[in-house]
Amino acid sequence: MYKRILIANRGEIALRIMRACKEMGIETIAIFSEGDRGAAYLDLADEAYCVGPARSNESYLKIDRVISAAEVGNADAIHPGYGFLAENSHFNDVCRNCEIDFIGPLPASMDQLGDKNTARRMAREANVPVVPGSAGLITDNAEAAKVADEIGYPVLIKATAGGGGKGMRVAKNAEDLETALKQAAQEAEAAFGNAAVYLEKYVEEPRHVEVQVIADQHGNVVHLWERDCSTQRRHQKLIEESPATNLPEDIRTAICEAAVRMIANANYSNAGTVEFIVDKNHDFYFIEVNARIQVEHPVSELVTGVDLIKEQIRIAAGEPLAFTQEDIGPCQGHAIECRINAENPDRNFQPCPGTIDHLIIPGGKGVRWDSHVHAGYTVPPHYDSMIGKLLVHQPTRKEAIATMLRCLDELQVGGIATTASFHKKVLTHPEFIAGNIDTTFVERTLLD
Amino acid sequence: MAKSGNVFDIDRLHQYVEFMKENDITEIDLEQNGEKIRLSRSGGVMPVAASTPGPVAAPTAAADDDEAAEPDHIVTINSPMVGTFYCRPNPESEPYVQVGDMVTAESTVCIVEAMKVFNELPAEIRGKIVAVLVDDQTPVDVGKPLFKIDTSA
Repeated sequence: MYKRILIANRGEIALRIMRACKEMGIETIAIFSEGDRGAAYLDLADEAYCVGPARSNESYLKIDRVISAAEVGNADAIHPGYGFLAENSHFNDVCRNCEIDFIGPLPASMDQLGDKNTARRMAREANVPVVPGSAGLITDNAEAAKVADEIGYPVLIKATAGGGGKGMRVAKNAEDLETALKQAAQEAEAAFGNAAVYLEKYVEEPRHVEVQVIADQHGNVVHLWERDCSTQRRHQKLIEESPATNLPEDIRTAICEAAVRMIANANYSNAGTVEFIVDKNHDFYFIEVNARIQVEHPVSELVTGVDLIKEQIRIAAGEPLAFTQEDIGPCQGHAIECRINAENPDRNFQPCPGTIDHLIIPGGKGVRWDSHVHAGYTVPPHYDSMIGKLLVHQPTRKEAIATMLRCLDELQVGGIATTASFHKKVLTHPEFIAGNIDTTFVERTLLD
Repeated sequence: MAKSGNVFDIDRLHQYVEFMKENDITEIDLEQNGEKIRLSRSGGVMPVAASTPGPVAAPTAAADDDEAAEPDHIVTINSPMVGTFYCRPNPESEPYVQVGDMVTAESTVCIVEAMKVFNELPAEIRGKIVAVLVDDQTPVDVGKPLFKIDTSA
């Protein structure tokens, strides 16, 4: 087992990893930028090294400095957390070449699954459904009609050079197709100088359902059930829960087993998440794999009792998984996470860095708070705005919602604005309570 | 300004200091009979020190800025990187610099070794080493103070 691990990250995830290491008797090396100098959580590490000025690309993303810190600190392994260098296969490579273990998958796995095309091909090979689409670019209207008939309406016409939602049109049926094609092509030409388009099945009111998977280096792959992350704003997750509501058990099992097949076929090891979209008919389609530990991993920890970070460390050190799929069994109860961000929901979620002069953290049965902040902490402006993750775990979803609402009332963060009030709006909304949420829910119902 | 007399006369020096402040002059070099003195200010008046062999009393000018904690002319060189600090080029050599040495911007003051690459660090400022702040072969990180340099020397 490792004697020392360097944590190549900051904030709450750095603290999370430190906690796991301490409990395992592993020494920790923290890194920090000038923007994080003096943060209280750094005192919990055995050693800490400044790796540069506040800006991430001058500090946390500086591979040479991170490796140097690992070398002078005698680290056996590096845990990259999430974001920053967590899915950087070059960094992964450099670590291994410097004889420092990277706590995550092999660089080749990262590369393969990181390429969307390759990942889709691997999904098909693993018998995992992907969003149906044209094999390549559409050359004429006749071909478009043929493909659309095959994949089924409605179809989404997408500009190959596109982005930001431009050059996209939905065709609801065959009559709409030709007009939609022309409009999409025109917009694409105007915006990107390239009129080429391809077709994809348009998934209406999609739910974002992802599966937590963990695999060791001995071929054992286990899923820890799914998380529904449909409550999003601008593609940023706000609330995650497990299990996914209103999904029949056989569908949930099928999605989770598909995720396991995907990971097993990819020769992937360590923690990873397989993302799917689920339509209103409960058909599910593979989107991508996140080859790292994620922000919302505690949701799955709560419903399975597994410590994912400890498992990651053990797997990287060559140990087999501590449990089988049978050991995991069904989801235990219901867990919800609310991401508490230093943003003002009344001002279009404008970020509010500043000093927290007062902090009261909720408690009680079934409450978990993962955060590095404390009274007197100054939220720096240079990084993401998340200040803490508020989680609840109760036997039923109804009780979990009640606990979360109580906690959001108890939580007091003085000195900065937070998204707590927004979460209350979501959790009291009848559609959320009924479990009728998809990725358009927030933007449709709660924002003006 | 007096046209003749001892350049290093204390009253004279006070006059120079006032002159510098009024006209926002940063530096004056004075020479007389082989003895030299430099008056240097940065936003405040600093005490002067003669860079000649003989002991010359350094008059402390009427400073606007207090010389509390650290006078402006004492500057630290901080590590720009993470690595291991070496004070000498190799185990058999003398250290690159010791307290009392004068350095120029290009002078190598130490090595910081990172990932088996030995990086020679230049002083980047001119002055006299007045303190070495880290022990040989110890780890340093970004911003760690390594040396104190008296830039008025």
